[in-house]
Amino acid sequence: MTLLNLLAIVCVLYAVILFAIAFWADRLAEQRRARWLISAPVVYTLSLSIYCTAWTFYGAVGSAVHSGLEYLTIYLGPSLVMISWWWGLRKLVRVGRSQRISSIADLLSARYGKSNTLASVVTLLAVVSVTPYIALQLQSITQSIALFAAADGQVDFNSNRIALFVTVGLAGFAVLFGTRNLHVHERHHGVVMAIAVEAVVKCVAVIAVGIFVVWGVNGGVTQTLYSMDTSSIGVWQVDGSRWLTLTGLAAAAFVCLPRMFQVMVVENDDERHLLLASWAFPTYLLLMSIFVIPIAVAGLGILPSSANPDFFVLSLPLALDHQNLAVLAFLGGFSAATSMVIVAAMSLATMVSNHLIVPLWLSQQSKRGGASMSGDVRQVLLLSRRLAIAGILGLGYAYYQLSGGGDALASIGLVAFTGIAQILPALVGGLFWRGATRSGALSGLSVGFTIWIFTLVLPEIASDDILQPLMQNGLFGFGWLRPLALFGIAGIDPVVHATLWSMSLNVVFFCLVSCFSFPSPIERLQGAQFVNVFDHSTSAGGWHGSAVQAEDLQVMSQRILGAAEAQEFFRQQIEQQNGTGPLPDPTPAFLERLERELSASIGAAAAHAMVGQVAGVSSVSVEDLMAVADESAHLLDYSNRLEAQSHELTITARKLRETNTKLTQISRQKDDFLSQVSHELRTPMTSVRAFSEILRDTSDLSPADQSKYANIIHDEAQRLTRLLNDLLDLSVLETGASALNVTRASLNTILDRAVATALAGEKNPITVRRSEQSETFFVTTDIDRLTQVFINLIANAQKYCTHSEPEVEIQIALVDGRVIVDFIDNGDGVDPLHQDVIFEKFSRITPERAGGSGLGLAICREIMTRLKGSVQYVHRINGSCFRVDFDHSDR
Amino acid sequence: MSGHVILVEDEENIAEAIRFLLSREGWSVDVLGDGTKVVETLQNVKPDVLILDLMLPGKSGLEVMQDLRSEQLLKDMPVLMLTARGQSRDREMAEQAGVTRFMTKPFSNSEVLTAVRDLHAQARQHRTALSPNLTDQATLAQLNRVTEV
Repeated sequence: MTLLNLLAIVCVLYAVILFAIAFWADRLAEQRRARWLISAPVVYTLSLSIYCTAWTFYGAVGSAVHSGLEYLTIYLGPSLVMISWWWGLRKLVRVGRSQRISSIADLLSARYGKSNTLASVVTLLAVVSVTPYIALQLQSITQSIALFAAADGQVDFNSNRIALFVTVGLAGFAVLFGTRNLHVHERHHGVVMAIAVEAVVKCVAVIAVGIFVVWGVNGGVTQTLYSMDTSSIGVWQVDGSRWLTLTGLAAAAFVCLPRMFQVMVVENDDERHLLLASWAFPTYLLLMSIFVIPIAVAGLGILPSSANPDFFVLSLPLALDHQNLAVLAFLGGFSAATSMVIVAAMSLATMVSNHLIVPLWLSQQSKRGGASMSGDVRQVLLLSRRLAIAGILGLGYAYYQLSGGGDALASIGLVAFTGIAQILPALVGGLFWRGATRSGALSGLSVGFTIWIFTLVLPEIASDDILQPLMQNGLFGFGWLRPLALFGIAGIDPVVHATLWSMSLNVVFFCLVSCFSFPSPIERLQGAQFVNVFDHSTSAGGWHGSAVQAEDLQVMSQRILGAAEAQEFFRQQIEQQNGTGPLPDPTPAFLERLERELSASIGAAAAHAMVGQVAGVSSVSVEDLMAVADESAHLLDYSNRLEAQSHELTITARKLRETNTKLTQISRQKDDFLSQVSHELRTPMTSVRAFSEILRDTSDLSPADQSKYANIIHDEAQRLTRLLNDLLDLSVLETGASALNVTRASLNTILDRAVATALAGEKNPITVRRSEQSETFFVTTDIDRLTQVFINLIANAQKYCTHSEPEVEIQIALVDGRVIVDFIDNGDGVDPLHQDVIFEKFSRITPERAGGSGLGLAICREIMTRLKGSVQYVHRINGSCFRVDFDHSDR
Repeated sequence: MSGHVILVEDEENIAEAIRFLLSREGWSVDVLGDGTKVVETLQNVKPDVLILDLMLPGKSGLEVMQDLRSEQLLKDMPVLMLTARGQSRDREMAEQAGVTRFMTKPFSNSEVLTAVRDLHAQARQHRTALSPNLTDQATLAQLNRVTEV
């Protein structure tokens, strides 16, 4: 049996065992048996070991060969976190559990007001950082198998096909055990148990190789120490800045890596498990690292210089013909790689599915107009998570293929660490600083992410012809934008350089933007919830029915659904449970259905909150309350809008009523006017018709009567003409159809003309008294119109003055630049009752026929309004006085 | 077959024309220039037909009608109302006020003569056909129904 065949059999066996363990652990967890094992703190601690990937397992020795003690930083960072920052981790775990967090992206999203933008940025960052890392694991597996093939003397070894097999197998495992449950916040006991076993295997493998080297090869501790001192790597060169940076990066990655978050927070069963992990995990790391230097020294001493130091752990036993040990070492590396890939794929898939695929799908659904939150969402969730696992592993495989599987991958680990560390400021800030805001987190992350891509990823992956000009001249030709010498600071180690700039600017942007932006209410509350998580959180989770009173639930349901419907629902539930009692058992499934039923009536958030209240087992989270408040706020907003609209309608209605009243009034005025015009026209026409018929039909009419009747017809025809003229004149004035003809004339001339016209043809003209010297000034206005007013007033005096010796006096006064002309007669004056109406149309108040049209004063008033003046009746003890008042425009 | 007519009209020329027309037919015509003294005059002298203008100084034709119809003695009086306003609203109001016949100015002379003759004839018929003590409201309404020209 060749070595390769042995390896294949062992691998398949090992895989079968892992599948079996995972399956068995899932079964146990489902049946709630053997909790002492499934939920053991030691399993939790061991599961944290997925931190140690193949990069650590194999690469630590390689790193020691190249850079001496630097490899220790990778172990030092997490150990420091575990020992000195366990309280911070405890807070993280508590927050994660109380908020039902499913991933690190979900955590940041929840903290910063359920922002999906933030979650998708984190998801993107994680996928970009971790995909090459997955490729690295695939590479380590194929390269280690290649080593066995070389030992077997096989040359036609197809590493690509092996990588594909491994990828498919890992995808199968992750899909099978990672997406069994619908609820992302439920534990994956099978996976955790399997990686705990793998943790033991890789630790045992490294220690076995170490013991073999120290005692089997070197012959004891003393000799080993001696060989270390004499080795070329024994010259400890510690570069302070790089040492510090790498330690910090490892610490940050330990907290921020999606897979670490998955096992540390999501899979955590009990935060007390951290107590054990806080010392046991550093111990585990110590065991993993303690033999690194001896193996490196021995490898350098024994193996040919062409041997890849990254695989000394494997090639040493192989070279020394310890095949079983080599297989064990291979299994260790295999475990390290597979456990990392599985958990990384699971955690990334959750993020991709929850924050990229599902939001897209939902928006598509709502675009198509029917987002039903029913069972098919669960199917979509499962499918998308499975597809995401396949997609991520596919990406990893593609990256492995494209990068050619060479040494290019070796440096990927630190690149990934630096990328993932960009999450740290937002994460820690979110946990400890209430002032941190979404905008701050988003800008910090974006800035850090961009600088990381530019200063570390780009130089790593870009081809030379793109990279060379960039390295020389900087971006857009700006010298200060060179990837390895940002802002002109050159000569630093690339990783230190990238970390320095990306992290410091990340922090600066995060803090500054946070300070200058305002959190939304839900962000504020979530912030308080996160920062003060220990004050008010209890354990989270689904409904646990034990404490629930079915009666209370029924009472509540009746209140919401109505008695008949609630009873029908409960009856159905009893049937479904095959129960016999009056009430269904409050199982979690029943509670979930009830919540769904209620949510149809009162909204999901309110339903959850109410069931939670009655159940009394799961505290109603702030998020629930906020959602309830949001729903009420929407309703309130809606009702406010309605109120505002109703108010507007009231105002509009009132305006319409007012307009209607006005229109009715205008319409009535028009009707009245028409009636009056009709009357004024028909009356003379009646006389004309009657007398013309008399003249026509009566043959024996005396000449005196003939002449008399012809005169009447003539007078009435003239009256008609006057009336029509006045009507047209008034209409022209009222509509403003004629322009004013402004000229200049002396008042004296105007009055002369007016008196002459008004009294022309009068048998007994009224005496007009004037004082010529007061009339000698000039006025500038429409002279014809003004004359028309004067004529009307003088003619009125002539017509209506009842005195036996009628006279009218025209008095002129100049007051404040205005001309005042009074026409005062010695008649009886106008009855005070009628003084208000004499200027209205057809408001003739004297019974006797005066031959006027009834429009004279209305026309006067209209003219004076147009001349920016007025005409009014001034009451006097004897006689009437009409006062004309207009602007003395002559300067 | 002529009788006595009282004409209430403020337009002197129109009054002159109607007086001329009716006089030539043998009617005796008295003219009142405003509405204030109509009822008082009618209580003393009861004409066969009353011709009433709608728009009168002092008291309008409609007001005169109301006074007239509330007088027991005068409520059967045939009334020919003349108006120069000629709006349908006026005609309705005149009908409600109990005017017997309604005529819009300008009219033809023959129309006026025919109307006065008809009213006189109808009034005489009713007086002989009906018992004088009949005061039933429905019959009154029938009696007073306006017949159009």
